[in-house]
Amino acid sequence: MSAPIQKSAAKTRAATQVVTGNRLTDGVVVYLDSAGGWSERLNDARVVEGAEALEAALAAGKAAEAAQVVVEAYPIDVKREPDGLRALRVREDIRARGPSVRVDLERPLGA
Amino acid sequence: MYRYDEFDHDFVRARVAQFADQVERRLSGELTEDQFKPLRLMNGVYLQLHAYMLRIAVPYGTLSAKQMRMLAQIARKYDRGYGHFTTRQNLQFNWPALKDVPAILADLASVEMHALQTSGNCIRNVTSDHFAGAAADEVADPRPYAEILRQWSSIHPEFSFLPRKFKLCVIAAEHDRAAMQTHDIGLQLKRNAEGELGFAVFVGGGQGRTPMIAHKVRDFLPEEDLLAYVEAIMRVYNLHGRRDNKFKARIKILVHETGVEEITRQIEAEFAEVLKADLLRLPEDEIDRIRAYFAAPELAEKPARSGAFEAAKADSREFTAFAENNVSPHKAPGYGIVTVSLKPIGGIPGDASAEQMEVVADLAERYSQSEIRVSHEQNLVLPHVALDDMPALYATLAEHGLATGNAGLVTDIIACPGLDYCALANARSINIAQDLSNRFGSPERQEEIGELSIKISGCINACGHHHVGHIGLLGVDKRGEEVYQITLGGSADETAAVGTLVGPGFKTDEVGDAVETVVDTYLKLREGPDENFLAAVRRLGQKPFKEALYGAA
Amino acid sequence: MTPPVAATTAVQAFDDIEILDRPGAAPQPARSRDHLRRVPDPEPATSRPDPEGPLWRNGRFETDEWTMTAEDEAVGEGPAILPLERFLAERDGLGHRNAPLGVLVAAGESLSELIPHLTRVTLVVLSFPKFSDGRSMSTARLLRERHGFGGEIRATGDVLIDQMPLMRRCGVDSFDVQNPVTRKQLAAGKWPDVPFYLQPVGSSQQDEVAAGKRPWARRRAEAPRQAAE
Ligand code: SF4
Repeated sequence: MSAPIQKSAAKTRAATQVVTGNRLTDGVVVYLDSAGGWSERLNDARVVEGAEALEAALAAGKAAEAAQVVVEAYPIDVKREPDGLRALRVREDIRARGPSVRVDLERPLGA
Repeated sequence: MYRYDEFDHDFVRARVAQFADQVERRLSGELTEDQFKPLRLMNGVYLQLHAYMLRIAVPYGTLSAKQMRMLAQIARKYDRGYGHFTTRQNLQFNWPALKDVPAILADLASVEMHALQTSGNCIRNVTSDHFAGAAADEVADPRPYAEILRQWSSIHPEFSFLPRKFKLCVIAAEHDRAAMQTHDIGLQLKRNAEGELGFAVFVGGGQGRTPMIAHKVRDFLPEEDLLAYVEAIMRVYNLHGRRDNKFKARIKILVHETGVEEITRQIEAEFAEVLKADLLRLPEDEIDRIRAYFAAPELAEKPARSGAFEAAKADSREFTAFAENNVSPHKAPGYGIVTVSLKPIGGIPGDASAEQMEVVADLAERYSQSEIRVSHEQNLVLPHVALDDMPALYATLAEHGLATGNAGLVTDIIACPGLDYCALANARSINIAQDLSNRFGSPERQEEIGELSIKISGCINACGHHHVGHIGLLGVDKRGEEVYQITLGGSADETAAVGTLVGPGFKTDEVGDAVETVVDTYLKLREGPDENFLAAVRRLGQKPFKEALYGAA
Repeated sequence: MTPPVAATTAVQAFDDIEILDRPGAAPQPARSRDHLRRVPDPEPATSRPDPEGPLWRNGRFETDEWTMTAEDEAVGEGPAILPLERFLAERDGLGHRNAPLGVLVAAGESLSELIPHLTRVTLVVLSFPKFSDGRSMSTARLLRERHGFGGEIRATGDVLIDQMPLMRRCGVDSFDVQNPVTRKQLAAGKWPDVPFYLQPVGSSQQDEVAAGKRPWARRRAEAPRQAAE
């Protein structure tokens, strides 16, 4: 299907968000981390709370788009769980872990 | 098979070079994503959930052993060791890196393949009957015409920016194995009373949000006018198709809103003008020249009955199921067309590992004149196998998980990639297919149920053809939850019909039971094993199924 | 005010036809030859190269000698473009004018009322409201091939470089280019064409020669076979 690259940045609803995108060179799912870099693992992501912090993170995302690092940065809702972060929408959970039907290709979420 | 000549090679090479340059400019930052996106889409490159996806065209579903081997090699070298065969007879790789795509395209070009026009609002890969050139019931091989259309539609200057994508299908038998009537233009090759070849022309089929079955606008179009007529249809559509709303932009909506009679009049009027210009008449020697590429292979003469084949059937139940379901009648006595199932019980519909691709390539070389087909049902086909060779072929297929004898049965499920891969999806489809396959997987149960097609799409785009499944499942997103709507009574063959929604949807953990309820209701109410699911639904209507699912109203 | 048609242009235009008669070129059905440009490009004397000019024409940026007539404006003295509807409404009153007339045809607008008066216009401007809107591709072919229009066909609107080679094959011979990236690329000599073609079009605005035995295979005349490699 010819379609938008991503579904429009999901409306954030939860208290905590992270910023994600796909890496330009290979399309791999990445998350903005606290050092301002991009990590393949959800648990490395910089978790933001509140509109201001989210805006700052998104600005970093846009800058990374402009710098040819990621293809479309957008925020997603996450929740802290005992064993780490969890993306709230099914779609984002699948992006974080890899296809649910290929356990052999499962992505590590990180510590 | 069609072979590229120098011109085709030049054409594809020029295009690969052009795209390589564009990729480089994108990676260097010279092109923004907005500028690059239409360019990459023209070359079959999407960005999905986990990675880029490359969709490779398999024109009319025909592949040589050599091409299949190259696909395997690409899967290993640039992807994660597998590929996904689609309902458009194409192949998708799920994990290529953008920087590798030019190299992949160059590899493909070396075996006469490309990824052109597998996306965008242009004329897409032309599909055909996957038994073409082998089927006992065909009038003639439809692929020469599909090839002519493929060439003519390649980077067509006038028709590369249509209101929406455009799909063509050419078949040549009364029995429609290619879902021809769900295409924007469907062409059925036939002979008139004088024995001349021509086409019945159907326009305005399509799935998606507003499913429609195509209307016949011409009962007989002489073959020499094929391109002139298609151009006339395309021009009427290009000028008048809606561009204000993406969901109303397919030709089916134009046909619907204009009326079949009026649109037919417009097409015929335009056709008369195109004929006057006399640019597009297909010269007979050109048809012959293309046809020669598809000449039937020279098969050694065989008796119609094969002792080895019969003996193997007597010997093994699994082989019998395979022989009955996966071997279809060939033109030549003593031969059969083999459906290589990509639907192992509990597996992912349409996925094949690099190793499996190579096995099929080997078998094609050994037993099937090096020819392979991809079916819209997401299986592979070995079109020219001697019945004598079936037991040996079967044994090798079985070793590699490719011998499931379920073609046309309930576990031969079509499923789009859904939310496990697709950026547009609302819900997963593969997991549902796996669940159903496991539930119905026992050979006894499948035989008892008989012919039944389940088709699953992860969103309303309907890549999983759910509208025309005997049982169709559509994944929707209900407040963040995956929910599946069930339609009944759809059909993709010559009796094409769009299924009817039976009622409210079911959650992931309910939908398996719901489908079982539907199937059990059928088994209970059918007139006998001869009345298949579709016939029973047509006779009974929705009511008994509704009651079984939701209780009496 | 009517600029005389430059004699050299006429010769060039005939060259366009000649090229198809070169040895090795595919025999053209008699009819399609009729569709080739018989009328030379009108090239008003005021047209001149200008790197800042809005038009891409003759392989360079040029000034625009035409004026688009605004809705509430009287038709000017010089070469004037009128929207199709206005042209049709006022055409009788325009008879005394000496300057050339152009017509703006919106994407998808029917040509049927214009056709009887086509000889009165020397320019048809076709709009491309979005690069993805290909309606005017059809209109251009109809003008050239079906109605034998020999004047200038200009693309305006969202004209991007990747569509330009296709537009040209449909009969467009000048481009009103606003997009800065496209302007930059054109200035740098880019022309992203795959110079091998599989469709017969009756009026491509470039020299194409037959390629191989196929009835419709063409390649761009100036493109040597190895150009792509
Ligand atoms: S039907 Fe929807 S979810 Fe499935 S592949 Fe097509 S676009 Fe993706």
